Amino acid sequence: MTAAGTAGPVLRRPEHRLDRRAVGYWTTRAACGWLLLAAAQTVWLLWASDGRRGLHLAALAVTAVAGAAHTLVMPSWRYRVHRWEAAPEALYTQTGWLVEERRIAPVSRIQTVDTARGPLEQLFGLTNVTVTTASAAGPVVIQGLGHTTAMELAAALTRRAQSTKGDAT
Amino acid sequence: MTDAPVPADPTPWRRLHPRMLAVHPLHELVRALPVLVATLVVGVSTGNGGQWSLLASAGAVLLGPVRWYTTEFRVTEEQVQLRRGLLRRQVTSVPRERVRSVDVTAHLLHRMLGLARVDLGTGTGDRGTEGRLRLDALSAADADRLRAELFRTDMARPLSTELSSFRPAWLRYAPLNVGGPVLLALLAALLHEMSLDPWDSAPAHALADQLRGSHPWNGVLAAALAAVVCTTAASTLFYAVMFGNFRLSRLPDGTLQTSHGLLTTRTVTIEERRVRGIEIGETLPVRALGGARCVAITTGLRPGRGGGALLVPSAQVAHVRQVAIEVLRESAPVECALSPHPRRALRRRVVRSLLAVAAVAALFAAGVRWSVVPVWPWPAVALLFPLGVLLALDGYRSLGHARTGPYLVGRSGVLVRRRWALSHQGVVGLRLRGSFFQRRAGLVTLIATTAAGRRRYDLPDMDAVDALHVAQDLIPGMLDPFLEPAAEAGPRAAGPYASEARTGTSSAGAG
Repeated sequence: MTAAGTAGPVLRRPEHRLDRRAVGYWTTRAACGWLLLAAAQTVWLLWASDGRRGLHLAALAVTAVAGAAHTLVMPSWRYRVHRWEAAPEALYTQTGWLVEERRIAPVSRIQTVDTARGPLEQLFGLTNVTVTTASAAGPVVIQGLGHTTAMELAAALTRRAQSTKGDAT
Repeated sequence: MTDAPVPADPTPWRRLHPRMLAVHPLHELVRALPVLVATLVVGVSTGNGGQWSLLASAGAVLLGPVRWYTTEFRVTEEQVQLRRGLLRRQVTSVPRERVRSVDVTAHLLHRMLGLARVDLGTGTGDRGTEGRLRLDALSAADADRLRAELFRTDMARPLSTELSSFRPAWLRYAPLNVGGPVLLALLAALLHEMSLDPWDSAPAHALADQLRGSHPWNGVLAAALAAVVCTTAASTLFYAVMFGNFRLSRLPDGTLQTSHGLLTTRTVTIEERRVRGIEIGETLPVRALGGARCVAITTGLRPGRGGGALLVPSAQVAHVRQVAIEVLRESAPVECALSPHPRRALRRRVVRSLLAVAAVAALFAAGVRWSVVPVWPWPAVALLFPLGVLLALDGYRSLGHARTGPYLVGRSGVLVRRRWALSHQGVVGLRLRGSFFQRRAGLVTLIATTAAGRRRYDLPDMDAVDALHVAQDLIPGMLDPFLEPAAEAGPRAAGPYASEARTGTSSAGAG
């Protein structure tokens, strides 16, 4: 850690937050996943009638606690952390909750801009934007944007990316 | 289907070489082996074993000529097309401009009949057979002619500069590759199939008795010795067969060509304009013996071992560095000193490894407590602690990065240490990654993503401020809109994670 007064710029976080409804969206997704797991465990508990009920119940308890903690904590934490910003030359996002990651993709290297809306996304009025570059390790994903914002962003990126020539490798 | 008729291309369609009719039945049989085995098993249980497998084999063999007859290809001015299928006709067209790699492979059977298989890669698919066109097989002369045609050289054999060729001294590094255990595993599986189970033999029983007896360490040592001897033999055999006759040459048409293999010769041609850098890698045992291998970081090939970008297999490190310098045409990326990463990275690694070893020790103790595991291996578990610290130390010492000319150079890894040099032209995007503990220590992992090689090259545990400087240097101007002078930030806000300290002031504006 450098001390105060060190010259040199810092990389600030991206400007825009996601849509508020993303919190509900992530909560629903997490809850569904954990409920599925709990249901599977319950079925196993009821069906496998060997004498290890204690172990099964303990596992179920662990799932319940972990699931509750994850579902309550993760969405609001993620909402606080996930941000995005589109400058004329680059797309910048910040994602993650335990491990934070900032991805910067230059617009000149963008190859495709995808917008996706599954049934759950449509329920919450959200859209996921995936921007791929020539590198398989470098797609920039913005999950949980409001629909109009997402479409505007996709259009703007496509317009700017098209003005650069070459196959972007 | 469009309404206007497209003018037909006059180039005629050609069939693959008729000698393939001899090769196909064998290939089909090999391909159908799982099905044959299944029918045999079913047949044996129902009593009609022989008939069913015979029927299945006959079917497999008949498929060969049908496939040969219905497969045609042609090379036009603009594309390469392959037409195949009997019931479902399929035409694959690859524009010639998109062809990024041409692999010419000849199995033993192919070599005996003077044939060669040509694989055209477009690099679009990172997995399996997507984006690849396979011509199996043409005559060897035709294959060479096709390769020359696609890379626009003339027919006369061009003068090539040989950069590296196999030397018997390389066999010294042979016992330490992964091929050995794989071969042994296959052999064990084969023996098991033939009901000659190696675990059922007298030596195995004797070993088991020893392990249960009063001097179990004797058994462990004997087993270790046997394992080392067998693995060494198998690995050396694997290496000799795989990399015998290795040659790396630079052709005057701007390509690098490698060919290797004692039984199957595999030739890979890499266009130099697609090469974005090199990577010199060493596994721990190879490094101990002073060896290394070199891989080209290039677009257009699949990542990983199957990608075929190998420039030099395990050989003396001095030779490998020499070849890398000749490929890049400059020595700085290969030989320059690297700036070390902050001491805090060492602390992190030591803590991580001690935690891992402590977890193993705890599991071992629990196992002993519940009598699942015997007590006598405890010295081995105790030894893990200093071993873990040593590995962490080595891992820290191998960390480093540098920026020379157009290249970003990085190094990391313990069990496999890799020093890579990536040209800034190849960098497609950047990622800055930090776990909670990394951020607290002011560290960050800088990942340069690229369309070449392994697709991502990491600089782990860098000082956050340094990472920013490297990033700005790598792609000038890209980060400028997102930077802010540090003068406004408070004392805790060093590095890229300035946000936490300034939440109060900025959220009012941005939120």
